[in-house]
Amino acid sequence: MVSDTSVTLGGIRLKNPVIPASGTFGFGFEMAACYDLNRLGAIALKGTTLEPRFGNPTPRIAECTGGLLNAVGLQNPGIDALVSDIAPKVRALCDTPLIANISGFAVDEYGICCEKADACAEIDIIEVNISCPNVHQGGMTFGTDPAAAAAVTRRARKATSKPLFIKLTPNVSDIVPIAKACEDEGADGLTLINTLPGMRIDIRRRKPVLANRTGGFSGPALFPIAVRFVNQAATACRIPIIGCGGVSTAEEVIEMMMAGATAVQVGSANLRDPLACPTIIDALPAVMKQLNIDKLEDIIGII
Amino acid sequence: MDKKRYTISANIPIAPQVYRMELTAEAAPQLRAGQFVEVAVPGQFLRRPLSVSLSEPGRLTLRYKVVGGGTAALAAMQPGTELELLTGLGNGFDIDACPGRALLLGGGIGVAPLHQLCRDLRAAGRPVTALLGFNTASEIILCDELRALGADVHVATADGSAGIRGFVTDALQQVTPKFDYYYVCGPMPMMRALYPLLPDCGEYSLEERMGCGTGLCFGCTIPTTDGPRRICHDGPVFKKNLLPW
Ligand SMILES: Cc1cc2nc3c(=O)[nH]c(=O)nc-3n(C[C@H](O)[C@H](O)[C@H](O)COP(=O)(O)OP(=O)(O)OC[C@H]3O[C@@H](n4cnc5c(N)ncnc54)[C@H](O)[C@@H]3O)c2cc1C
Ligand SMILES: Cc1cc2nc3c(=O)[nH]c(=O)nc-3n(C[C@H](O)[C@H](O)[C@H](O)COP(=O)(O)O)c2cc1C
Repeated sequence: MVSDTSVTLGGIRLKNPVIPASGTFGFGFEMAACYDLNRLGAIALKGTTLEPRFGNPTPRIAECTGGLLNAVGLQNPGIDALVSDIAPKVRALCDTPLIANISGFAVDEYGICCEKADACAEIDIIEVNISCPNVHQGGMTFGTDPAAAAAVTRRARKATSKPLFIKLTPNVSDIVPIAKACEDEGADGLTLINTLPGMRIDIRRRKPVLANRTGGFSGPALFPIAVRFVNQAATACRIPIIGCGGVSTAEEVIEMMMAGATAVQVGSANLRDPLACPTIIDALPAVMKQLNIDKLEDIIGII
Repeated sequence: MDKKRYTISANIPIAPQVYRMELTAEAAPQLRAGQFVEVAVPGQFLRRPLSVSLSEPGRLTLRYKVVGGGTAALAAMQPGTELELLTGLGNGFDIDACPGRALLLGGGIGVAPLHQLCRDLRAAGRPVTALLGFNTASEIILCDELRALGADVHVATADGSAGIRGFVTDALQQVTPKFDYYYVCGPMPMMRALYPLLPDCGEYSLEERMGCGTGLCFGCTIPTTDGPRRICHDGPVFKKNLLPW
């Protein structure tokens, strides 16, 4: 019996649930020289805003036990470059479903970006990031308040008929009302989680390591926190969930799916090992066999 | 980019807190001068970026300074230990850009990549002058190797314990070398001090904290005269006219 790793996300068939997470996979085409991008379940493109952004000054990266802090600050060439240049370039390299990851500083900016992504033939799924901790206005503030999350979702929903996922922040005391607000406004799914705000200090120089002072924590240490968030949201909502946070093995993909994820994003693991995604994908069938799983979809949310 | 397991064949202190590590691997790829590798250090989440100091068939030499947990762990490793490396990262120096006499300027552990650069320039028949700066005499490395390759080497030490007293900038002003193209690698303050003293015909190897080293995370982006560039992916070597200093 051949292990069936395929899943359906927002009505789109993925050959496996493994998706490189936004911001940890370059513009989307860098790794094409190392492996065939068709092997991936989908690709989440770099976070994009209406206007081009340089992002934060360096240092933008601070290592920590179990992961890293980043304060890239949404460096990106703007939504017009994404739809006219980057998405077509990635599409020329693979048939893999492409996820546009949209950020904004006002509800309308999200809306305009979603309209532009909606008009882009190469984009299959829109992921709206209301959870970026590294910009000083907007970003995460939309993801910490159910009314604000609802407002962004409503505007984005108006802008697109493509599958719409809202990416949520773990920086909240209760994820359920926020997840439900997005579901009620017509989101097709949720991505959980983005990074946790953190800080490192260089004790010799007596200064923050990051030029931005604080950054978003990601990496293996995030995994149990992400599993908990995914499980809570999956229990409260009916829409599919993309689990994200600390995943670096096939076993963790399966654990995330048992918690309620339909697909799984791999972020920081790509930074340590640029071949992380294909390595996980290659390992999935053997791990499924060990666990007596014939069809990966059968285990979604069994917990 | 290539991912490969190497075996440490030597790991020798060459100056206080500075080591030369030799690694061997069958069918190790030939790496360009100025490229770097990302070394997986057990116990550290991110890999450590280190310059290719010398790449020879089947063998790779790194020179590194112990500054924190990752490099301290490397220093404690015995020959025979295996390390997983990402190799072939970054653009490397542009050897062909040098039409005649080459000038190399390096400071501290930043001299590491100048070994292979000097070898390859000499192999291309270019006369090489090297100005190397260190804090003190005991920290001097690579002088003998560069001289053995036929380079005219001048040293500056900040405390005057060897060579010219002062910095590489002082050496530049005192030696007044003749050159057609130059290459700089060293600490940021050194490179910034040299920048206004040198003409356009040269390049600088930059350093910044990196996440991935492979262009995926945008952690090491700098502004250039041609827009944002990732040091790991579009550098680490940048022509002078790209640097908006
Ligand atoms: C392209 C490139 C080439 C380099 N080549 C050499 C070389 O040939 N020899 C050498 O001795 N050093 C080199 N460095 C610097 C070297 O990467 C750091 O000294 C090393 O990563 C420090 O690790 P640590 O764990 O000992 O220090 P820690 O301070 O504990 O490291 C913490 C984190 O900060 C990063 N970090 C700390 N200092 C630096 C730095 N100066 N530059 C970049 N990242 C840093 C580490 O990688 C790690 O992620 C190079 C850096 C770059 C970017
Ligand atoms: C360097 C870096 C950049 C990121 N940029 C984005 C981004 O632009 N948009 C976004 O939604 N998430 C971004 N993230 C968050 C990741 O997509 C992911 O949600 C988070 O890192 C947790 O997953 P991980 O532990 O597997 O990395 C970024 C993360 C990192 C490390």
